[in-house]
Amino acid sequence: MSTAAPAAPGPASELTPEQRTTYQRPQGQAARDRREARRRRIPLLPALIFTIAATQLPFLATIVISFMDYRALRPDQIGFTGLDNYVQVFTNPTIRNSVITTILLTATVVLVSLVLGTAIALLLDRKFLGRGAVRTMMIAPFLVVPVAAALLWKHGILNSGYGLVNGVLTWVWSLFGSDSPPQPVWLSDHPLLSIEMSLVWQWTPFMMLILLAGLQSKPGDVVEAARMDGAGSWQIFRYITFPHLRRYLELGGLLGSIYIVQAFDSVFIMTAGALGTANLPYTVYATFFQQQDYGLASAQGVVVVIGTIIIATFALRTVSSLFDEETGR
Amino acid sequence: MSTHTNSAVAATSFKGPARKKRRTPEQGGHPAWGIAAWAVGLLFVAPVLFMLLTSFHSETDASTNPPSVFAPLTLDGYRAFFGAGGGTTPWPPLINSLTASVLSTLLVLVLAVPAAYALSIKPVSKWTDVLFFFLSTKFLPIVAGLLPLFLFAKNTGLLDNINLLVLLYTSMNLPIAVWMMRSFLAEVPVEMMEAAQLDGAGLVTMLRSVVAPVALPGIAATSLICFIFSWNELLLARTLTGTVAGTAPVFLTSFATSQGLFLAQVCAAAVVISLPVLVAGFAAQDKLVQGLSLGAVK
Repeated sequence: MSTAAPAAPGPASELTPEQRTTYQRPQGQAARDRREARRRRIPLLPALIFTIAATQLPFLATIVISFMDYRALRPDQIGFTGLDNYVQVFTNPTIRNSVITTILLTATVVLVSLVLGTAIALLLDRKFLGRGAVRTMMIAPFLVVPVAAALLWKHGILNSGYGLVNGVLTWVWSLFGSDSPPQPVWLSDHPLLSIEMSLVWQWTPFMMLILLAGLQSKPGDVVEAARMDGAGSWQIFRYITFPHLRRYLELGGLLGSIYIVQAFDSVFIMTAGALGTANLPYTVYATFFQQQDYGLASAQGVVVVIGTIIIATFALRTVSSLFDEETGR
Repeated sequence: MSTHTNSAVAATSFKGPARKKRRTPEQGGHPAWGIAAWAVGLLFVAPVLFMLLTSFHSETDASTNPPSVFAPLTLDGYRAFFGAGGGTTPWPPLINSLTASVLSTLLVLVLAVPAAYALSIKPVSKWTDVLFFFLSTKFLPIVAGLLPLFLFAKNTGLLDNINLLVLLYTSMNLPIAVWMMRSFLAEVPVEMMEAAQLDGAGLVTMLRSVVAPVALPGIAATSLICFIFSWNELLLARTLTGTVAGTAPVFLTSFATSQGLFLAQVCAAAVVISLPVLVAGFAAQDKLVQGLSLGAVK
């Protein structure tokens, strides 16, 4: 392609850029701009149209169905009923409980995994022997298929008879000569805690990765300057590291919330929604699949979306602030 | 003067590439920090190692308290999982999962790469708005569209059809892919492209020589992330497929209720089904954060 470089000097190439623009303007610059804009849009359109069709249309249908009496078992009664389904969503104690469960589950898992993730990211930001190996080990929980992870926790880790946790308790107690170790029946005594533990185990690596990326983008010279000025480790963390990490903490917390609000696999596998562990996604699924009350399930779905939009608004703001920093605007 | 500088450069590079890092990492400090990091790492990986070890134990050794760590190894758990003894075979679900994940990933790339091009290299006007529209669809919970999708599938005969999952996984992953690909393509040197254009290089030449070197690693990382998300998906598959098009996670749900001694078999199942994700995840390790944070964090 370099052979074409000193190509025959045409009339345009002898002009400066400014002259060229003024030279071209009389010949319908506006029309050319429009054509150029259209040409630029072409590669975008397939993805855009596909996304709108596949995500917005079903949601619009959900909104319509949420105002209907639509039960698969009573096809003769299908029709619009106004706000009936929404009244049910907000008055039915089962559904109210699942809202509370969702909030509890999401908040606990996000906060605990965020705190653990930050602590581990701070550990991994230091130099030590085998840092890469520890990082790889930390990522592993996130790379177990969620259904498989839920099965592993249900049958392998928390089983009261032969699970890993109770096994380790037996072993530790026997080291001290005791043959009556505590053997909690995790899934029936602490059902929500069991689900939370398995989710914290899976999501801490996610938080850790985001925070580690944040720590590693921290300007080293500022820290060095502060250390020269006699700042202690705590002061450096409090006044330099933490403010820098804040937006990464926000991002991790918000993205984590959006994913964990939707947690279905672990509830479905570990307790099948029993013992007060049914969160909204599970309840929507059960209303839809078991009760086959499509109108009510849709109203629940709409409520989940409204909740998510509230979190998502903040998430979008955080993403866009990181985004502006990246593109320098 | 110049020899002086050169020797200084030589002296620096002699100390190894670590010197070149822009940022000096936190000091190592007390070895206790390293030990703590190892302890935490081992704690987190322990369930995975336990799963792996138990999958190679006999059912009797798998159900002891405390665990029989040094019990003899056997492939019985894997044999049981793959249907020896009259159980259902996991091959159709595994093939379904592979089909859905690979085809949807390919479809995602076909749609996302041109879109990312139109959002970075030759940006359309208001390209940031478009980008954030893609992101906002990712925040729409799957349960919100589940029912209409089910009714649509039922009325068009697409229920229990793997092609429907391919399309839905494509829409699920497309926003992530557009964001990831955009952040990769944003690193394409536009000046070089313009120079190549002035030199009379055609679009194909330019794509191959300037865009591809930056885009290909990005395409690889994006594919791996999309593959992982499709392979993991349960809710849509559970709702929209049945005996014919059921995927591996749907097959795994049959292990939810225990039937006597079967922990080794469960662990073998979990290992087999997680293996593709573990391989893809470790391969994409460096780009994992970028994908999970929708390209917001590098």
